Amino acid sequence: MRTTDISIDRHELGELAPLLLKVAGISLLVGVAGIALMATIGGRGLDRILQSWLLGFVFFLSLSLGALFFVLLHHLTRAGWSVVVRRLAEGMAALFPLLALFALPIVLELPHLYHWAEPGAAAHDHVLAGKAVWLDPGFFAIRLGLYLLIWSVLGIYLYSRSLRQDETGDPRLTVTMEKRSAPGMLLFALAVNFCAFDLLMSLDPHWFSTIFGVYLFAGSVVVFFAVLPHLTHWLQHHRELLHSVTVEHFHDMGKMLFAFVVFWAYIAFSQYMLIWYGNLPEETEWFLRRQTGQWTWLSLALALGHFVIPFVLLLPRSTKRKIHRLLLVSAWMVMMHYLDLYWIVMPEFSPAKLPFDPTDLFVMLAMAGAYGMAWVFLLRRHSLIPTQDPRLAESLAFENA
Amino acid sequence: MESRVQEPVKVWGLLAEFGDAAELIGAAEKVRDAGFTRWDSFSPFAVHGLDTAMGIRKTVLPKLVLAGGSLGCLTGFLLQWWTNAFDYPFLISGKPLFGWPAAVPIAFELTILFAAFAALFGMLGLNGLPRLHHPLFSSERFRRVTNDRFFIAIEADDPKYDAAETRALLESLGAAAVEEVRD
Repeated sequence: MRTTDISIDRHELGELAPLLLKVAGISLLVGVAGIALMATIGGRGLDRILQSWLLGFVFFLSLSLGALFFVLLHHLTRAGWSVVVRRLAEGMAALFPLLALFALPIVLELPHLYHWAEPGAAAHDHVLAGKAVWLDPGFFAIRLGLYLLIWSVLGIYLYSRSLRQDETGDPRLTVTMEKRSAPGMLLFALAVNFCAFDLLMSLDPHWFSTIFGVYLFAGSVVVFFAVLPHLTHWLQHHRELLHSVTVEHFHDMGKMLFAFVVFWAYIAFSQYMLIWYGNLPEETEWFLRRQTGQWTWLSLALALGHFVIPFVLLLPRSTKRKIHRLLLVSAWMVMMHYLDLYWIVMPEFSPAKLPFDPTDLFVMLAMAGAYGMAWVFLLRRHSLIPTQDPRLAESLAFENA
Repeated sequence: MESRVQEPVKVWGLLAEFGDAAELIGAAEKVRDAGFTRWDSFSPFAVHGLDTAMGIRKTVLPKLVLAGGSLGCLTGFLLQWWTNAFDYPFLISGKPLFGWPAAVPIAFELTILFAAFAALFGMLGLNGLPRLHHPLFSSERFRRVTNDRFFIAIEADDPKYDAAETRALLESLGAAAVEEVRD
């Protein structure tokens, strides 16, 4: 018989926090040293390093966006099952100020990444001249700041209200969070869309696709629901924490992962098919670049690896309930999401050739270290489960029919 | 002399009434362990753990849905290939006669439609529905199943069924009442 008594479950990082901070700190140091090494002895220019940096930034941004979406959705739908894992997500959704720090090098060195930001780029290019008002370095910086501000306010608000409830046990806090989540979701959606246009779509300033923001959103939710089971399982099985999270909760995480894998494919294919069918040069060039040379292979790998394979694997109930199988598929999806972002960013800088480089890895290590440190730092003195949430009992007793 | 034609009484099974969900689960476990196969539990609301207590096997419905979905997908592609590229080849805006991306939306919709049909009709078929009447409806006592009583019914068709022994078993499980239900 499983327990539904939260008081006998361990749910605080406790003495684990310093250890985790140390591991994350080492990752950060190794990453930074690696980047420095690549820049000096490796001879990688600022361009190449910034490309890796943008990729890493978008990866961790998408993870936090997925987490913020999950928390907003939880409140909007008054979800019951997800209370026990919500705090883990709240920690990730509160990290947008750190991500703003990650964004600084990009904003400061804009012309190294974005052709439109080079002085005089619009002079002989009537398309860029037409977009000059929007694609302006100053305006870009203001917009990116605004998106990050919106997400920071939402993420930190939901994180702090939830912690406050741990102390006061006031159920009205839940009601306020639910109310604020409705306009919050609207702002979130708008900011994600425009951020995707600015940050990724404008890498090719001639190209446009109105569904592009939704594409980034779909990938964000996929990576979040791929990371969440790993995080939960690691805390459970290596550190004897969070035993209130049962196979029933993992099953639901698996269902969400499956749903958003399918949603991603739906959006990716909608984007592809409309452009294929319309067959207009100004739209097809983006896909043509990804069907040229080695990129063809990555395009095919994504269609198979980001959709067909996880679809078949996640379809049976047993994959979602046998935790080691779920972890295997989720780890695969984290990798696929990274490759998906790679496929969006890199062809713009390296036509026909896959530019895999150790710099990519070092940037990921550095950012993962900083991201992990910040997450542990936020949650080190708090319960990893919202112990006073009015729907906690429902979540603890949750069973799939 | 008056002759009375006695209609043969056909017994459908035994109905046992329980006071709460915990008693129902406890009794269901015993009935399961006794090896009965043609029986069911009834409750006013979903009771967690009842499926395990009854030893209900996994349904084949997901496999039917998968088959339905696959058939729908295949039908969608074949239909478009047959009509557009084979039976009456028709060139539209310079696209290939059979351009698979253009065929995906319809194949996708048919996948969902056929899978949904398989789910709905498969569920109805496996449950033996629709049916107009059930012998249990003739029991006065059974009416409270939608309100505040819990029941276990064992069918007379069950190979393990024995009018006296089964009644004794149900009574020993703490049933508030056991009655014979006629067909």
